[in-house]
Amino acid sequence: MRSDRKASAPLGLKVATACGLLFLHVPILLIFVYAFTTEDKTYQWPPPGFTTQWLGVTWNRPDVWEALTVSVKVAAIATLIAIVLGTLCAAAVSGSRFFGREVISLLIILPIALPGIITGISLRSAFSLMDIPFSTWTIVLGHATFCVVVVYNNAVARFRRTSGSLIEASYDLGADGFQTFRHVVLPNIGTALLAGGMLAFALSFDEVIVTTFTAGQQQTLPIWMLEELVRPRQRPVTNVVAMVVVLVTLIPIVAAYYLTREGDQVSGAGK
Amino acid sequence: MIAAVSFENVSRHFGSVKAVDSVDLEVQPGEFFAMLGPSGSGKTTCLRLIAGFEHPTAGAISIFGERAEGVPPYRRNVNTVFQDYALFPHMNVLDNVAYGLKVKGVSKTERIRTAEDALALVRLPGYGTRKPGQLSGGQRQRVALARALINRPKVLLLDEPLGALDLKLRENMQEELKALQKSLGITFIFVTHDQGEALSMADRVAVFNDGRIMQVGTPQDIYTRPASRFVADFVGSSNVVPPDFVKRHCQRDGWGSLRPEAIRVSTQANGTGIPARVVSVSYIGAATRLGLDAEGLRLHATVPAGVTVPERGADVVLSFGANALHVMEADA
Repeated sequence: MRSDRKASAPLGLKVATACGLLFLHVPILLIFVYAFTTEDKTYQWPPPGFTTQWLGVTWNRPDVWEALTVSVKVAAIATLIAIVLGTLCAAAVSGSRFFGREVISLLIILPIALPGIITGISLRSAFSLMDIPFSTWTIVLGHATFCVVVVYNNAVARFRRTSGSLIEASYDLGADGFQTFRHVVLPNIGTALLAGGMLAFALSFDEVIVTTFTAGQQQTLPIWMLEELVRPRQRPVTNVVAMVVVLVTLIPIVAAYYLTREGDQVSGAGK
Repeated sequence: MIAAVSFENVSRHFGSVKAVDSVDLEVQPGEFFAMLGPSGSGKTTCLRLIAGFEHPTAGAISIFGERAEGVPPYRRNVNTVFQDYALFPHMNVLDNVAYGLKVKGVSKTERIRTAEDALALVRLPGYGTRKPGQLSGGQRQRVALARALINRPKVLLLDEPLGALDLKLRENMQEELKALQKSLGITFIFVTHDQGEALSMADRVAVFNDGRIMQVGTPQDIYTRPASRFVADFVGSSNVVPPDFVKRHCQRDGWGSLRPEAIRVSTQANGTGIPARVVSVSYIGAATRLGLDAEGLRLHATVPAGVTVPERGADVVLSFGANALHVMEADA
């Protein structure tokens, strides 16, 4: 054991770290604080007083519920599509060698590297060209483009760590393709899919740019918040919603982190 | 008698690589059969052809008289012990062993009982609740063996089964595998690159090189009467001697093989035989291995412990019995 492990960091470094953390998190804390302010027209500092009345007000606003329903629906369906497509892509890319495999891998990952505005514009013009009316479903399709990437990345990493002889062993012992998928493949990639799915859900839930281009009259929660900011009425309601969004997206991200960490040992490396 | 496994002119090509190249082979029921060869010689591909993970480019494979073409691995009465054991990491030992019964729809109580019997057979009773990650290499190997035997296969395939074990464990497992095979009466086909393992365990050995079978025979056949220079060299590092040497010493044509232990080394300079000079001496425990220069050839001889060993640089005389020099049929 090295003794200097216990030695504390130099003061300068500590101050720098503290500044960095404050820079990152104070604005988020401000959002939380303003959710409880008594003043509802301007963001006045310090808040003249604190109240929990905005929680109740938010609860009783039908437009919040509407936007929340759209968001949850879009995120859930986009995640589902992403899990199916992402897993299939990952299985194909990791399970076989074919000409152009790396190109396909790159093309699957590309949507997340592309600026959302490009994805948004291209999808909007594609939908218009095909005469598809803008609806919840066009938002779902837009979100699925980057949700697939997250699931794919998680699944492909797990597939690579799973020994191919496990699947052969299952066939060898008399299991057909479906039984092998159910008893061997799925348990081995399950946590990776869950983690990928949670990240996808979180990504979709707070997406703004692609949504603006692919939505019709529907408002997802982030879009609703954006609209709300320009209308100076019951401002703290937006902050309450923002707080909920932070919590709702934080939980799956933390859970995904723990799920993928557990599966770190190489599956099937039995030597 | 119907062969357990038969290959008729079987080839498996991967692009321009001929992994298996027109192989003919018959493995008899109840036989302990070894496929021996250096890596890349096609022995593992042959095993995978029998298991059904590969399909022949040409030729026909039959398992107990039934054509294997188009029969998927899960419908073949053949099971495999994989080189990396391939135990399912998310299942405990008992579930791993019982997997073959589970996918066949055997009831839970029945399959637990059978799996426990199988674990007892490989001398791992009571290990059922552990995960594969908690076992040693030798224990994992036994679990893989129990799992492969649970469906009572007609043929058991073993891919380098002892490769990952240390020397002591390997020797124990050799004896155990052989005893297990005799008591179960199942045909065992195992792949190895270790000639000692093949000779000590198998009833018959097929020596592979470059996708072809060089020789099939009993271990004694292969060792004492190699058919070709490759077999003589690969199995037991024999002295391969050129035709002119053979002609001089036993008046026959062809390349010869002379086992190191068949050469008698005499330090009496006036004895009859081939004069030689000792160029290297290495002690290998039960014997001493000598490198010799004789008639322009580099020969090796082993001198058993207890016999006086000549020093490096000494002049000696070599002799061997009339039958010790085996003349090989094939040129290669």
